[in-house]
Amino acid sequence: MLDTAARGLLLIDLVRGLGLTLAALVRPKAARADPNVMAPQAPGVRGEPALRRDAVGVERCIACKLCEAVCPALAITLESAVDDRRRATRFDLDLSRCVFCGLCQEACPVAAIALGPNIEVATESREELCYARDRLLATGDHREPAIGAGFGPTAVRGALRPHPPQGRTPLPPT
Amino acid sequence: MAEPATDPGALAALGALARQALAILVPVGLGAAWFGYAERKLLAAIQLRHGPSRVGPLGLLQPLADGLKLVAKETVFPVGSNRIVFLLAPIVTVALALVGWAVIPLGPGRALADLDVGALFLAATSSLAVFGVILAGWAANARTAFRAALRAAARMLSFEVAIGLVLVSVVLPVGSLNLTAIVDAQQRLWFVVPHLPMFVLFFVATLAVTDRPPFDAADGATTGVLVEYSGVGYGLFRLGRSAALITMCALASVLFLGGYLPPVALGPVTWASGPAWLGLKVSGLMALAVWVRAAVPRYRFDQAMRIAWKLAVPAALAWVVVTAAVLVALGRVPGAVPAG
Repeated sequence: MLDTAARGLLLIDLVRGLGLTLAALVRPKAARADPNVMAPQAPGVRGEPALRRDAVGVERCIACKLCEAVCPALAITLESAVDDRRRATRFDLDLSRCVFCGLCQEACPVAAIALGPNIEVATESREELCYARDRLLATGDHREPAIGAGFGPTAVRGALRPHPPQGRTPLPPT
Repeated sequence: MAEPATDPGALAALGALARQALAILVPVGLGAAWFGYAERKLLAAIQLRHGPSRVGPLGLLQPLADGLKLVAKETVFPVGSNRIVFLLAPIVTVALALVGWAVIPLGPGRALADLDVGALFLAATSSLAVFGVILAGWAANARTAFRAALRAAARMLSFEVAIGLVLVSVVLPVGSLNLTAIVDAQQRLWFVVPHLPMFVLFFVATLAVTDRPPFDAADGATTGVLVEYSGVGYGLFRLGRSAALITMCALASVLFLGGYLPPVALGPVTWASGPAWLGLKVSGLMALAVWVRAAVPRYRFDQAMRIAWKLAVPAALAWVVVTAAVLVALGRVPGAVPAG
């Protein structure tokens, strides 16, 4: 009892609490400086969709419409034409419908469509979220280093890329 | 005294007084506003976060953004509220928090009003602060706000008793209620050394009478006195509370930390002026208040009352008796004719 009284009178617990908080004051911050520093990304993260080109800069898409068929959210609209080869004359992707499931990427036989690493796709209007072919190609050109790394140099089919088979991969160290 | 206000001399004196008052009120008001920023930054650092960083460099303009937001908000009057009193309450809070600075000395005799009962004046104004709380709770005509106001008022009044007793034991050896005299009595030794337990007690009571954590259980955002307040009224209340904390910390500096005196009266430390030393001490105490907020969990209302009546008041009373006994034993009762 005397012990309890002494602890109370000398504010032992209070001082220890203050010491603990003071120690925390000089520790490095655990929080990210959020808008300035991006959150760490897991490998294979599915972000903004893009259309890719092959090694000589020709657009890969052959307008087979598999992605349009497989898309569970009906986000993709394709129109095709044939001149020297099959190509998409129209490739619309409504990002406001897209659920980022990646099935289009799985279905694509020529590894043309892929979900890139960019996850900051907010806009101020719905219209801006309707991506046309040019926009998707431009994204692909911009993000090719990151997207292509997931496919490997010789891969053609999307299914061939090294994909984490099961379970969650640990986040890379920050 | 009774000269007409059109007399040029009286007008000039009034103008000079207004200038002096502004010279004190503007820094205190800005301090109260930016205390919110400093508090958030310090709390964030303790919790390993960054704190406000978006408005201006290092987030330094955050108080402006917050104030502007509150001004732009609608002022909501609860149904059946007493509008005049509802608006008066935050004004009373701010005014009473600032009026204490009239007697706080920034240098030897350098106060707006160098009252001989300065300590008493400060105790009185800080006691009156309870009016801001009780008016706010009553005028809102809402039971949550009123219940919170009753609790806050009870807690503030209880700790005011302790503050009064602490004042007595500090004033006893000085023999004057004049704040300049109290500071000058600390030329050799700050009162924090002989009165250390009372300094701790006074600081705890300061937190309690200014609605600071850990004594703000009646002031949680959803259950507090301010639950019906919005917009400018709410902003004024927050400003008034910060200002009240500044004023009480200034009183603590004057009573225990030598007010405007430098720590040692030698060499380069005397170059900094009195107001700078006072500001430094006040800032230190306010940082301590934030630090305590980060470390100590809230006390329930009954726990706060127990601390006030079973710990603070008896301890302060005992210290008064001990101080008086020591003064008599040493034969150093101020103002007394030496025996024999």
